[in-house]
Amino acid sequence: MIFRLAWRNIWRNRRRTFITAASILFAVLFSSFMEALQRGAWDNMINNVVNYYFGYVQVHENGYWDEQSIDKSFDYQEAIGKIPASTKEIQEVLPRIESFALASTGENTSSALVVGIDPQAENSMTNLKDRVIEGDYLESGEEKALLAQGVAEKLGLAVGDTIVLISQGYHGVNAAGKYPVKGLVKFASPDLNKQMVYLSLPAAQYFYGAPGMVTSLALKLDSQDDIAPVVHSLESNLDTAAYEVMDWQELLPDLVEARALDSAGNVIVYFILYMIIAFGILGTILMMTKEREYEFGVLVSIGMKRWQLSLTVWLEVIMLGLIGAIAGILVSMPLVWYFKINPIRFTGEYAGMMEKFGFEPIFPATFQWEIFANQALFVFLITAVLALYPLYKIKRMEPVKAMRG
Amino acid sequence: MNVITTKGVEKIYNPDKIPVKALNGVDLDIEEGEFTAIVGPSGSGKTTLLNIIGGLDRPTAGAVEVGGQDISELSDNQLIDFRKEHIGFVFQAYNLIPVLTASENVEFVMLLQNQSKEKRDARVKELMEAVGLEEKMDKRPSELSGGQQQRVAVARALASKPTFVLADEPTANLDSSSTANLLDIMARLNKEENITFIFSTHDQRVIDRARRVVTLVDGQIATDERR
Repeated sequence: MIFRLAWRNIWRNRRRTFITAASILFAVLFSSFMEALQRGAWDNMINNVVNYYFGYVQVHENGYWDEQSIDKSFDYQEAIGKIPASTKEIQEVLPRIESFALASTGENTSSALVVGIDPQAENSMTNLKDRVIEGDYLESGEEKALLAQGVAEKLGLAVGDTIVLISQGYHGVNAAGKYPVKGLVKFASPDLNKQMVYLSLPAAQYFYGAPGMVTSLALKLDSQDDIAPVVHSLESNLDTAAYEVMDWQELLPDLVEARALDSAGNVIVYFILYMIIAFGILGTILMMTKEREYEFGVLVSIGMKRWQLSLTVWLEVIMLGLIGAIAGILVSMPLVWYFKINPIRFTGEYAGMMEKFGFEPIFPATFQWEIFANQALFVFLITAVLALYPLYKIKRMEPVKAMRG
Repeated sequence: MNVITTKGVEKIYNPDKIPVKALNGVDLDIEEGEFTAIVGPSGSGKTTLLNIIGGLDRPTAGAVEVGGQDISELSDNQLIDFRKEHIGFVFQAYNLIPVLTASENVEFVMLLQNQSKEKRDARVKELMEAVGLEEKMDKRPSELSGGQQQRVAVARALASKPTFVLADEPTANLDSSSTANLLDIMARLNKEENITFIFSTHDQRVIDRARRVVTLVDGQIATDERR
């Protein structure tokens, strides 16, 4: 009886019900869309930054990340043999051996990060080949160097010249070699542009005196969702006393912090949004309570318990909240989906800056069930709390006064 | 046998500010089966007395006994139960629940009493026939005339088989024919089923049909005439 009464009461003033449900709908729509875009922007940014060099997951010898030394290299074949082929989330394994070296030509000397790579695997994740501005990209196994443009400029080198590299190799051996410059690559990141020198993996292993060894395995994954299963799989198959498995959040704590800071800033925007919504809903509830004071008085007079009346009114508001929240989810989903597959495209200066880094200047939305569910739940909870107001009025109501108007 | 007894009932509104004495020592006995009109000018205390008898308001002093029980001692919740079980209300503005049909309005109090569906259905049918609205069972209040709504309100008041029915100006919003019709129904129910009716009214048509007329003036009983 209480449910029937509540349900019918919702529809006794259709316009008011429509306006209230619509305000809840728009609240869910706006907040879901905002969160989907915000998350999407960050996911896209993380995807770009991570795939720029680091990869979502890296495997090192235990302790390497804290003390990045060539001495903490490990056997590539042995490690790769322990990564189960069945881990389908891993799209590519990028072996690297890297350390700092002195790069020289004639009278010019500069420090450089000399990285040995598998050119094909490296390109599949970082699109390094697309950054070649002069000369050619590396081939597997060749004894040539690919220089960042900044390094070449500093040393006065051009394609076809020879670069001399000197460093300390594996377990203190002397590392020295000279390599013809095969190509120049340009990075938008000034840090990378002034220090990167690429060799093929065997050339670098030979240079460092560490044949068959690597300092890291960067893993190319399809999305962030694949991180957890991959980390889990690696940690169960690799000896964690010998290897460390790190995800991008451990590799790039600054990025994590920046995202957290941005999310914290948005809390204020959400708060203002929810306040506007709350006042809108409260207005409707106040109006409904005032309008029906007389009726409440009559119902209590003829024998309806206050709790029964309170439950009826609460159910009404709750159902109204549910209708609005569900409608909000149903409207939000196609909209967010549309902006996921048709991302907002940046133009102008910002777009140019992103393109310089090799990033696509887009702002895609993230489509995740939890976004809609969380926003709808939050708006619904606001409604449920506001629905306590008529309960308070009913508790304090004196039927005679209520019926006097 | 007395259904209602009031003993020295007083009601003072705003006792701490500007006190208004609405009732000033009302002693009244209503016997079972009476058809009583409480009359008097505006502000004489008719509605206040009805509210106090109906347990909707509490007296400042004095006692109200219904069936030998002093209802002024009951808690708010007990009073709600008391009203549900013992009193039928008919209000001036009908006050049916707008989202329920006529039959559902009549059934409502019985639902609150947790009566079985069979009992409820039988009683609704019986009462809707008694008020001549068996054809309008499924109509909502907005689809009924004022007179028809008030007849549904009478049926609702009787649904719980109350000890007595309190009707506050029940004909105030009705035309002559609806008033006559409603009074016929209530008079018949009073006569045939021995239901006690107490009205507060200004309406001469109601006063003419009453078998007892209690006149209030300034919160006191001025006359009490049995016919």
